[in-house]
Amino acid sequence: MYQYNNDDQTILNERVSQFRGQTERYLKGELGEDEFRALRLMNGLYIQTHAPMLRVAGPYGLLSSKQLRMLAHVARKYDKSYAHITTRQNIQFNWPELKNVPDILADLASVQMHAIQTSGNCLRNTTTDPLAGVCIDEIEDPRPYCEIIRQWTTLHPEFAYLPRKFKIAVSGSEQDRAATQLHDIGLHIIKNGTGEVGFRVLVGGGLGRTPVIGKVIRPFLERKHLLSYLEAIVRVYNLNGRRDNKYKARIKILVRESGIQKMTEWVEAEWQQIKNGMELSDEHIKDIQAHFALPNYEEKASQDTSFESKKEQNSNFSRWVKHNTEKHKTPGYRAVYLSLKAPDTPPGDITSEQLDSVAELADQYSFGEIRTTHRQNLVLADVKQADLFELWEKLKLLSLATPNIGTATDMICCPGLEFCSLANASSISIAKEINEALDDMDYIHDVGDLKINMSGCMNGCAHQSVGHIGILGVDKKGVEWYQLTLGGSSENKAAIGKRLGPAVAKDQITNVITTILDVYIKQRYDAEIFLDTVERIGIIPFKEAVY
Amino acid sequence: MKIIKDKKIIEDNWTHIADDDKIPKGNITVSLSRWKKEKIKLLARKENTGIRLSPSDKVEDIADDLEQISLVALEFPAFTDGRSFSHAKLLRSRYGFNSEIRAIGNYMPDQVFYLVRVGVNAFQLESPELLDTALSTMNDFTVQYQASSN
Repeated sequence: MYQYNNDDQTILNERVSQFRGQTERYLKGELGEDEFRALRLMNGLYIQTHAPMLRVAGPYGLLSSKQLRMLAHVARKYDKSYAHITTRQNIQFNWPELKNVPDILADLASVQMHAIQTSGNCLRNTTTDPLAGVCIDEIEDPRPYCEIIRQWTTLHPEFAYLPRKFKIAVSGSEQDRAATQLHDIGLHIIKNGTGEVGFRVLVGGGLGRTPVIGKVIRPFLERKHLLSYLEAIVRVYNLNGRRDNKYKARIKILVRESGIQKMTEWVEAEWQQIKNGMELSDEHIKDIQAHFALPNYEEKASQDTSFESKKEQNSNFSRWVKHNTEKHKTPGYRAVYLSLKAPDTPPGDITSEQLDSVAELADQYSFGEIRTTHRQNLVLADVKQADLFELWEKLKLLSLATPNIGTATDMICCPGLEFCSLANASSISIAKEINEALDDMDYIHDVGDLKINMSGCMNGCAHQSVGHIGILGVDKKGVEWYQLTLGGSSENKAAIGKRLGPAVAKDQITNVITTILDVYIKQRYDAEIFLDTVERIGIIPFKEAVY
Repeated sequence: MKIIKDKKIIEDNWTHIADDDKIPKGNITVSLSRWKKEKIKLLARKENTGIRLSPSDKVEDIADDLEQISLVALEFPAFTDGRSFSHAKLLRSRYGFNSEIRAIGNYMPDQVFYLVRVGVNAFQLESPELLDTALSTMNDFTVQYQASSN
């Protein structure tokens, strides 16, 4: 993974000093509430219902075991001994005290971590495929480009006060596991007719109140022009995006109101002016790529036979392998998902003990690296098949081996009413109820590939509008109700879910979910997954069963 | 009134003239619309003239006039409005403007570092007592990732 040089480290250290000064001025009353708000948000700090919430960047989801141990330390020392993984591969702490935040940032900086631009109306953390570099359908590893973008976005002087937040995601494989079509800019690594690697550039995707699927603004961008093209898009947005209404300020609204054609003309015209001055050299790209060189895989890893025999002997192990591990580019290795969706824990939460233990396991089995995923789980990307059984047994002891990846109980869920000052309704407690209602693993596996996303308000942090089943908490005269959508997807065939009908009461939500699943089980063809059944039969049969 | 120019606190010798004010003696800035209407008259004066750009103005609208003016003042109606950052960047890097670019209006000393980076070299603050803070923020960072306009 990318290792900081002196300059990278200096920037982090200076950022900590800067924020320490700003916090002191605020606490002394020298910096106003609104001013400090803007500054603290760009350091990942929200003021929430109960306490500040600090969002730490997980640069394109890649962490070292050392960094994981630091997160455990921060959780233990400054918080309630747990952390939360977000849909944008970041890590949140829910209970730090404002006065401690500069110290937390200093601790994080000591292991090359920070909270820079994890919130605020600026360029946010770039996200990517949690299986980057190891998946079998990869065209090229997206992480070096993510790192190039990380450096370009970090403290970008021109784009810190945009109309609204701005998110970039990069995918390097056939299968989009980074929800790139739902980002302000989505980049797909592709090859053109002559085999040259470049990017398909999408613009104007986004979730929240107005979910929109991104549109192609450039079908093929040579990789040397990556930063000039991003700069052109963001400059056009900075100058032309709406600033009169924060709900209409994202670039998706600019694209909608101007039309993709006009937007393309603006961006291309701007780009022509700057492209020659901002080219990335092959040498520079190569230097960054060297940071992501393949680890020393064992050549003989694929000769192991114990893996197959363990699977035959132990059906639970075999089930876990099927659901929680993925094929790997290198024979004899697999990528392993650590499920943060155990039935009795809030989705995406991880304790200090678990963080420390995962760091240990990463050192022992996966070259000391860990990834965070869009669906709020963790990945050990490079595990020898011969080690899987042992790893599984250890993960079970840590409650990190629930074999539910990609299934109904692998829900994306926001903190909801209990923790978030924006929320209108609970989400974690509903997730728990759904988990209790779906407590039979055989049933969950029979239902199969299903993505349930649940947000406690319109802001849609849990991406409910692109859940196969989306659940949105709404407030009706002080009572929590839930709006359901079906058929959304953030994958290759991205789609916004269709509304099932009127909102349902809180105590009905689990009934509604099981009713929906019953309809699916009755109506599906053979191995047809839920999303395909919804697409084929439409939402009427579900609606009729529910209402 | 004191301002910062080229990293030094100095006495300001410019007056910002509203659209319906009489033209006084001395160096003045006018809005883009007044500039367009009274350009010839303004240039006939022996003192210097500058143009104030609001965030919604377009830099390209003054591109041909830049040789005739000695100051562009970028207005901040609110510190959250970041359009002037792009204006400064374009004035320096695209249109080669070498004279004073001054930030005026409602912005924070904490934004001065980025403003310097995009090419602003003069700072007039609504609270002049913050000039020292603004000066000190210019040293917040000693290295950076992006190319600079300053």
